[in-house]
Amino acid sequence: MTTTRRRTGGRLPVALVVPAVVGLAFLLVPLVGLLVRAPWGTLPTRLLSPSVGEALRLSLVCASLATVVCLVLGVPLAWLLARGDVPGRGVLRALVTVPLVLPPVVGGVALLFVLGRRGLVGQYLDAWFGVSLPFTTAGVVLAEAFVAMPFLVISVEGALRAADPRYEEAAATLGASRWLAFRRVTLPSILPGVVAGTVLCWARALGEFGATITFAGNFPGETTTMPLAVYLALETDPDAAIVLSVVLLLVSVGVLAALRDRWISGPS
Amino acid sequence: MRALALVALVVVAGCGTAEPTTGGQVTVFAAASLTETFTRLGEEFESANPGVDVVVNFGGSSGLAQQIGQGAPADVFASASPANMEQVVDGGGTAAEPVTFARNRLEIAVPAGNPAGITGLADFAHADARIALCAEQVPCGAAAKRAFEAAGVTPRPDTLEQDVKAVLTKVRLGEVDAGLVYRTDVRSAAGRVEGLAFPEADRAVNDYPIAPLAKARNAAGARAFVDFVRSDRGRAVLAEAGFDAP
Repeated sequence: MTTTRRRTGGRLPVALVVPAVVGLAFLLVPLVGLLVRAPWGTLPTRLLSPSVGEALRLSLVCASLATVVCLVLGVPLAWLLARGDVPGRGVLRALVTVPLVLPPVVGGVALLFVLGRRGLVGQYLDAWFGVSLPFTTAGVVLAEAFVAMPFLVISVEGALRAADPRYEEAAATLGASRWLAFRRVTLPSILPGVVAGTVLCWARALGEFGATITFAGNFPGETTTMPLAVYLALETDPDAAIVLSVVLLLVSVGVLAALRDRWISGPS
Repeated sequence: MRALALVALVVVAGCGTAEPTTGGQVTVFAAASLTETFTRLGEEFESANPGVDVVVNFGGSSGLAQQIGQGAPADVFASASPANMEQVVDGGGTAAEPVTFARNRLEIAVPAGNPAGITGLADFAHADARIALCAEQVPCGAAAKRAFEAAGVTPRPDTLEQDVKAVLTKVRLGEVDAGLVYRTDVRSAAGRVEGLAFPEADRAVNDYPIAPLAKARNAAGARAFVDFVRSDRGRAVLAEAGFDAP
């Protein structure tokens, strides 16, 4: 893994450092604003309210399950896009990124059209199996996975395309099946890309709002994740909304930093 | 480092610079439930006052009140709830006492054909009925709470939506068997949802206050627009959409 930093000599170029610092400030200043305005005095009592714990737990569970769904479906999809001889691969690749450009609320409505009680597929799920996804925790997971999967697919596909296919070919000449080569040769070599994609995917799922509230609705304990709780708190109690946001930020930054240390910059 | 951060701030602030004041522009911040009526009233106000340009920003009343409090450039505020208007008044934000210009009442909305056979508020307590309500934090949810209290019914909602249009969408798509929305919303979705009036709605009527704002850049235009909304013509447009007169 490329974690060793090498000094390539000379001073850091101003043309890069200035915009980099401006960019950093642009990303961090709103965060500072949030922290400055947080009601630190009442923070502990607000944090201990059961509704905050419930929303946080639900958020973490749903984002993690959504990430598992994305891994199970997304890694093979990325492999297909990078290695498979599928016709119209360019179009497919563009279609995979649709959830990135689609306003999440529209994504939620689209999910309702397909998986809702009267949706294309949902009506049969309801009639044949009595399964109804909207307004359930499973619906939250689906909405989050829909929005977050492109992040994983794009990262993994990028890693696959950067990886040298000759190793797989060598494995094949030694008698390995494509499946065995994928598991034993390809996957280990693209692991950093998979981990980076997983982290992005999880973070996106954790912050998901629009598709979730549209497809899964909002009910405490079942579908009210942190972003939904933040949005509704903002209506009447901006202080509570700030507290919830700070909690979400701290938890996500903590998890991402821990993962990064463990998986990305750790010894390989 | 500090200087760079300052530069960053200036750059970021520069991106948000408002367009220059045009003498004839009236900027109205109006509740989302006024979308159809205020769009129409704005057009009529423009044709009655050549050279005047009405720009309406529709959104949730509480969000709009917060934006006004943070210095958003608005001349008039029309709120779907007195509480949000009160927020603006308390911040010293209005140029005149707010007046109620319309009232809205709740109706039960069911998908076309009423597949679940909903007849009244009592059906909202059934476990097998799929119900969407507004969250209590938004005005339609607060009104719904008053209606259920008046009826002595404990509803069993499946979802608490972030605004009334979201409830309407769920009903329109048939994802829920019933929802509580404003009568004006049922009218706006005529044909795709059916409205059922219920007696307890009298106990949960929402007042809509309007006021010109203290920081209006077009104070005369603001007053004129408020007067127009309260005129006979304004009332006629509001009544047609399903609002009650104040």
